[in-house]
Amino acid sequence: MSVWHQMFDFENYGELLALVRNSLIAGAALGLVGGLAGVFVKMRDLPFAVHGVSELSFAGASGALLLGTNVVAGSIAGSLLAAGAIGVLGTRARDRNSVIGILMPFGLGLGVLFLALYKGRAANKFGLLTGQIVAVDTPQTTWLLVTSAVVLIALAVMWRPLTFASADPDVAEARGVPVRGLSFAFMIVLGLAVALSVQVVGALLVLSLLITPAAAAARVTASPVLLPLLSVVFALASIEGGILLALGSSIPISPYVTTISFVLYVGCGAVGRLRTRRLGARRTAPVAV
Amino acid sequence: MIPEPLISLRGAALSYGSRTVWRDLELDVRPGEFLAVLGPNGAGKTSFVRALLGRQPLSAGELTVLGGSPREAARHIGYVPQQATLSAQAMVRARDLVRFGIDGHRFGPRLRTAAVRRRVDEILASVGASAYADVPLGQLSGGERQRVRIGQALATDPRILLCDEPLLSLDLHHQRAVAELVDARRRSHGTAVVFVTHEINPVLDRVDRVLYLAPGGHRVGTPDEVLTSESLSRLYGTQVDVVHVRGRVVVVGALDEHAHHVPEEVRP
Repeated sequence: MSVWHQMFDFENYGELLALVRNSLIAGAALGLVGGLAGVFVKMRDLPFAVHGVSELSFAGASGALLLGTNVVAGSIAGSLLAAGAIGVLGTRARDRNSVIGILMPFGLGLGVLFLALYKGRAANKFGLLTGQIVAVDTPQTTWLLVTSAVVLIALAVMWRPLTFASADPDVAEARGVPVRGLSFAFMIVLGLAVALSVQVVGALLVLSLLITPAAAAARVTASPVLLPLLSVVFALASIEGGILLALGSSIPISPYVTTISFVLYVGCGAVGRLRTRRLGARRTAPVAV
Repeated sequence: MIPEPLISLRGAALSYGSRTVWRDLELDVRPGEFLAVLGPNGAGKTSFVRALLGRQPLSAGELTVLGGSPREAARHIGYVPQQATLSAQAMVRARDLVRFGIDGHRFGPRLRTAAVRRRVDEILASVGASAYADVPLGQLSGGERQRVRIGQALATDPRILLCDEPLLSLDLHHQRAVAELVDARRRSHGTAVVFVTHEINPVLDRVDRVLYLAPGGHRVGTPDEVLTSESLSRLYGTQVDVVHVRGRVVVVGALDEHAHHVPEEVRP
């Protein structure tokens, strides 16, 4: 079999499509969550935190795999633990990065330990790190959808003050916005979003859903309405496109997802630069990322 | 009849541990008054701002804002922070910043979008920032950004305008423009202005009173009373000369040790 056919194979596509119905549904929820949460990941400069949380989410998921319990629940537990720790210990950016740097290898180490002890299917192990396409069964889909709903509602409620507190913390605090409380609340929401993403794209590649789409959108617009909208569209295109392309292949889903989101970012960067040049100097395009 | 003071400090003191920043502060700020807060770095200007915003409790004495606690009054204070507190990663346009000032603190989805948008346009026009309403703040010059900042602070029709070093890193032309905006507001709306600055000259002819905070104490009075060789020498505990050059006040003395921005004061 040629490399091409390993990567792209659309035989019996219709039958395969039915198999990944759950994944497509989970992907839609994930695109929404990742695209929206990503806006704040970018605004609050939290990509490193996302990465740190995802490693503990991986530890939680592999622990659950070892114990034979619900992997999504395990992944959420690990995420929340990490997000809570970062939220409490790292209120200032400087402290935050060292807290994350300490948590991350610990989480990854734990995960490796659990997987080494696990005697089940090897594909399950690899899937937690690099994503898997048919891993999502119906009860898991329910978990994913409920968690997504929680994240989306939380974001809708705190969107405005969180934007204020993220962009302009000094004045927000003076105006009585609970800046610290929101910072912690967002870490928890982010923890949930990471746990969701781990299920589909894997722990190592979560950032492709939680920062790349938002960063790409930010290259072409600064509008507070258009930016989250584009970010969601990009995240959806990456995840659903990734699932559909990966379908017939023998390769994990993550390279498809990460490649689509990266290409979108590069494309947006080019568009942004072009527009800046055409419309003259500095009055139109957003600031550089 | 003298109007009720909007800000009132009685025997107010602030200390961190054993270090007293200022004490025995007696001060009333009335509607429409322009108070400049001067002094070298470390003399408690920033602490004074934080206290007025209710973010720094006094260690002694009493502070009332609009007759109550500063925390309760926070939403009636328009606050212009020091520059460079804006997240570089945030894609915020001028109109978004003003909008924060109107309803950014509210939870839940935004209602009455059209009305808010109209108000944002009005405010931007009133500070002369309409031309760059849709430009991200990172691409604005310091002077343009400060206009937007003042618009944001005025968005809620505050009774008090609190500006923390709003002239920092602006050229002379923009310093004047900012001072004019603030001055116009207090004349038209009776807004009390508390203006923290280390450069008195751009606002000298607009200031009613000065609060001079120094390591050796503080002094409140009109610029003519406070900015004299005798008064500042006493505050610093060393010989300080105040010279008037073509309507400008130049302070000459052993201020360098307090990191006072002497060169900027002397600049023509």
